[in-house]
Amino acid sequence: MSAHFEPIAAPPKLLPDRADVVIVGGGIMGLAIAWNLARLGQQRIVVVEKSYLCSGASGRNGGGVRAQWSSETNVRLMKRSIELCSDFATKMRINVWFRRGGYLFLARSDERAKQLEESARLQRDHGLPTRIVDRAEMKEIVPELDVSRFVAASWNPHDGVVFPWPFVWGYARACEKLGVALHTHTDVREIETTNGRVSGVVTSRGRIATDRVLVCAGAWSPEITRMVGVELPSHPHRHEICSSEPLKPFLRPLVGDLADGLYFSQSMRGEIVGGISNAKVPDGIDQRSSLRFLGLYSRALSRAMPVLGEVKILRQWAGCYDITPDGNPLVGDVDEVPGMYLMSGFMGHGFMMAPVMGELFARWLLQGEERELFERWNLRRYRLGKLLSETMILG
Amino acid sequence: MSDKILACRCEDVTTHEIEEAVRAGHRDLESLKRYTGFGTGWCQGKQCVALCARLLVELGGDPPDAPITPRPPFHPVSIARLARLLPEGDE
Repeated sequence: MSAHFEPIAAPPKLLPDRADVVIVGGGIMGLAIAWNLARLGQQRIVVVEKSYLCSGASGRNGGGVRAQWSSETNVRLMKRSIELCSDFATKMRINVWFRRGGYLFLARSDERAKQLEESARLQRDHGLPTRIVDRAEMKEIVPELDVSRFVAASWNPHDGVVFPWPFVWGYARACEKLGVALHTHTDVREIETTNGRVSGVVTSRGRIATDRVLVCAGAWSPEITRMVGVELPSHPHRHEICSSEPLKPFLRPLVGDLADGLYFSQSMRGEIVGGISNAKVPDGIDQRSSLRFLGLYSRALSRAMPVLGEVKILRQWAGCYDITPDGNPLVGDVDEVPGMYLMSGFMGHGFMMAPVMGELFARWLLQGEERELFERWNLRRYRLGKLLSETMILG
Repeated sequence: MSDKILACRCEDVTTHEIEEAVRAGHRDLESLKRYTGFGTGWCQGKQCVALCARLLVELGGDPPDAPITPRPPFHPVSIARLARLLPEGDE
């Protein structure tokens, strides 16, 4: 039936032998930064991705985007990121199925409720409509929820969910339109230095001379920085997700329980997509699925929403979180190796933060803005003992 | 009669969309799957992967070493059944 097709696939593009910036990692963070750098006039940007687009965490996450955080920085950043999400489809001319159904964070204890209340107050100070709701209102927002198990919840109707894949394609296409050279299936083998400074990147498809390397490799970032002797405090941790058969739209928000890390939402395809914490998973790069996850998730989900018991799980998958000891990312320059920059350690929240972090990183690097943020989240805080905190981490 | 030919019935992906995706540079099966969405619907690829893989090769893409990564469970299983998998107390 398809014999009339002529071979049309473009041959692999030639790898440039020189670049002003090489970005390691073609996930949403690397692509968002590449696009923002190009928009600000940065020339000769090369993005190298070891596998296909969406192969790492950017293609394996639940798509949640929320401004409900407990630290002022995260609230401020995510408020902007959600704004960027809301007009992404128009600007990039790609449907990302962004839906502002809100986030409902459940509390099982008075102590947790108090924490949520403090965070909600902070969020309101930043102009968000977050408020604490009681059982009756929880039931109004999600009628099928077994509210007897929860004492209160934090509710921000402006949070939302996107379909991650087209977000990545949107940035990738926009990057290429601005002249960014995007090379998939191109593995970094070595980072060269001359007199201690970055001087080149050796890949599986050739060498690129450059004096700036930006590491956006998510859970693989420690492997990259180790090539120049820099040990990151972050480590990969497998996180699993699954999705159900599609159902008619009935569930408005993304529901999250910080006690066991359960979260679930209904995608625009109708599937219930969700995950849960799985403390027994050993650290390390591992993208295999496990039966134990399905058991943990299904038990927690059917307790929270008994009506979902008869719904069938269609498929599961896994991706890697990039975990830091203080739950905050590693961004900016690396003191030990001039010319190397980090954008990693986003804990599993890198997808939702990429739109704003792409914008801020480009302004920081090229225009010197946002110095305070790039100082606070810099790798050197570990050496200086200035660790940070964030309590609203899910999954 | 329309020349719309479905490659993936669950997700309504046409052979034309496969062709366009390969033209856009998605030369390997996993990338093609993520760009077009074939294989992510109810049948989980049972009906479409072989056809899409063949189209990809005919269009000049990279011959796949294997089918797309299978996603368990291999048949849809109810959440209530899966909830009984683990012993109580195993959190």
